[in-house]
Amino acid sequence: MYHIWSMPRITRRAWKVWHRNLVVFFRTWQVNFFPPLIEAFLYLFAIGMGIGTYVKDIDGTPYINFIAPAILAISVMNSAFFECTYGSYVRMYYQKSFDAMIATPLSIEDVIAGELLWGATRSVMYVIIMLPVLAAFGVISIPASLLAIPLAFLGGLMFAGIAMCFTAITPSIDTLNYPSFLLITPMALFSGTFFPITLLPVLFQYFALALLPLTHLVAIMRMLTLPAFSWTILLHLAWIVIVTSVFCVVAINLMRKRLIV
Amino acid sequence: MGYPAEHLFTTINIILFYFLLPQGGFLWINTEPLVYGGGPIPSIIEATNLKKTFGRITAVDGISFAVKKGEVFGFLGPNGAGKTSTMKIIACVSPRTSGALRVFGMDPDISPAEIKQRLGVVPQETNLDPDFTCYGNLFTYSRYFDMPSDVAQKKAEELLEFVQLREKRDVTVEKLSGGMKRRLILARALVNNPDLLILDEPTIGLDPQARHLIWERLKLLQAQGNTIVLTTHYLDEAARLCDRLVIMDNGKIHVEGSPAELVKEYVGNEIVEIEKTAEVLSCLEGEHIPFEIIGDTVQIATESSREVARILFDHCSPHKVLTRPATLEDVFLKLTGRKLRE
Repeated sequence: MYHIWSMPRITRRAWKVWHRNLVVFFRTWQVNFFPPLIEAFLYLFAIGMGIGTYVKDIDGTPYINFIAPAILAISVMNSAFFECTYGSYVRMYYQKSFDAMIATPLSIEDVIAGELLWGATRSVMYVIIMLPVLAAFGVISIPASLLAIPLAFLGGLMFAGIAMCFTAITPSIDTLNYPSFLLITPMALFSGTFFPITLLPVLFQYFALALLPLTHLVAIMRMLTLPAFSWTILLHLAWIVIVTSVFCVVAINLMRKRLIV
Repeated sequence: MGYPAEHLFTTINIILFYFLLPQGGFLWINTEPLVYGGGPIPSIIEATNLKKTFGRITAVDGISFAVKKGEVFGFLGPNGAGKTSTMKIIACVSPRTSGALRVFGMDPDISPAEIKQRLGVVPQETNLDPDFTCYGNLFTYSRYFDMPSDVAQKKAEELLEFVQLREKRDVTVEKLSGGMKRRLILARALVNNPDLLILDEPTIGLDPQARHLIWERLKLLQAQGNTIVLTTHYLDEAARLCDRLVIMDNGKIHVEGSPAELVKEYVGNEIVEIEKTAEVLSCLEGEHIPFEIIGDTVQIATESSREVARILFDHCSPHKVLTRPATLEDVFLKLTGRKLRE
């Protein structure tokens, strides 16, 4: 029988679900395209130029260049996470869209896989919109930074999978606030985003490296935008690939458990 | 209702359709199932000892039934009888706990996508996509069935016409009335030209006009050779639409038959109703007429209401006597009792 480690049988029909979300996204493109633009400007002005006035550089890197990859990584996290928590929950619970879809040849595995792919795509779109802004300010280097686009897909898929696990077990939409405030917000602050994790107590550094997904995404992103590649990129990538696979598989199985009774 | 043009449209459709049947045009609306080339009518659904449990609750308790090609098959029963669970099992969205089930000769546990490709489902709960217009709902849904874009477009327009929502083509579904939403769901269930339609309470909460329109459309679909399985609380709906039906209660099938057969077998032809007074009761007992007390009336099921009424007037001096034909509702209440269900 099915359990949370079962390998889900996903077909290419998952792309139909992805496509449905894409169509809705482009129909309301005005509301979807401006937030990433605004967000990029807000971070650059408030933190980059505000705090940056006092903190000139970190280990020789201008402060604003240090936080630019973090802005991208946080956006990847937020867009996929919120899409696959609140967005997916609304489609599942209030709109009953998943029920309607599984009455067609789509299986629940296809539907959830489509949602996860869509969450990752949201991250990619966010990054595509923000990259020109950051490049215009000269805080990221082109062309190495273009690798942020495929990275956004991988990182987005990871946070989509984590988000979908919460969506599968949440009793109501209100309880989705817990992971948002207790996981996402602290992660945005303590994952080597606005200051290096080496400033943290040693124990906490290990904790961040072992358990906070954003730490790895920020580390890779920074190597791409500075650019400053090192062999450790492989360790970070491996960590993300493993965690992404685990959470996506568990998310699909938990959702199946919730919806197929 | 009451638009002559609309009736004309339906009639023309039926006439046209019958002339196109391979057997020729002689099959006017009849209640007998169609016979295909002399061979046995193939079963679309075959269920044997079907069971569904949720934890310690048994929703479907070992039911067996077969639905033949081209018939309208009804599931009746009070709330919690197991009708919706049965529909969900047939529609491959809820796995059975035990028993055997074949839909189009395939097992829902093994080939759900192949079965669902040929199904049209109208769920009890309205689950149209609020992010799309009426047309968008039909078009998006047909894409889930792998239909090519041009075919899907044509089909969507055709179905909007079929359920009379052409004027609402570009309206988002949130702005539709309850009846319009149900009609759109019916249209959505038809995008893939299904061989089997599964309708769970198709007319729940609708006004008489909307109900009649849906009935008319279902009759038309049946005339086109569609097989339809439906659940309903409305017994007039069941009597009107179903070729055969089962009455379920507590997860079990109590009886199976055509509406007319069931009424005849379980109640009789006619019902005589009189008010409950001590005199009437003692008089009925004296005359050895079996009766049933319901609230403040006494009901007598009989083959000849005239005979019973004569005895009543001659011996019991009633104030008021009402005779009416027996209906499916009488059968239903007789079999499932009058206790309220939650």
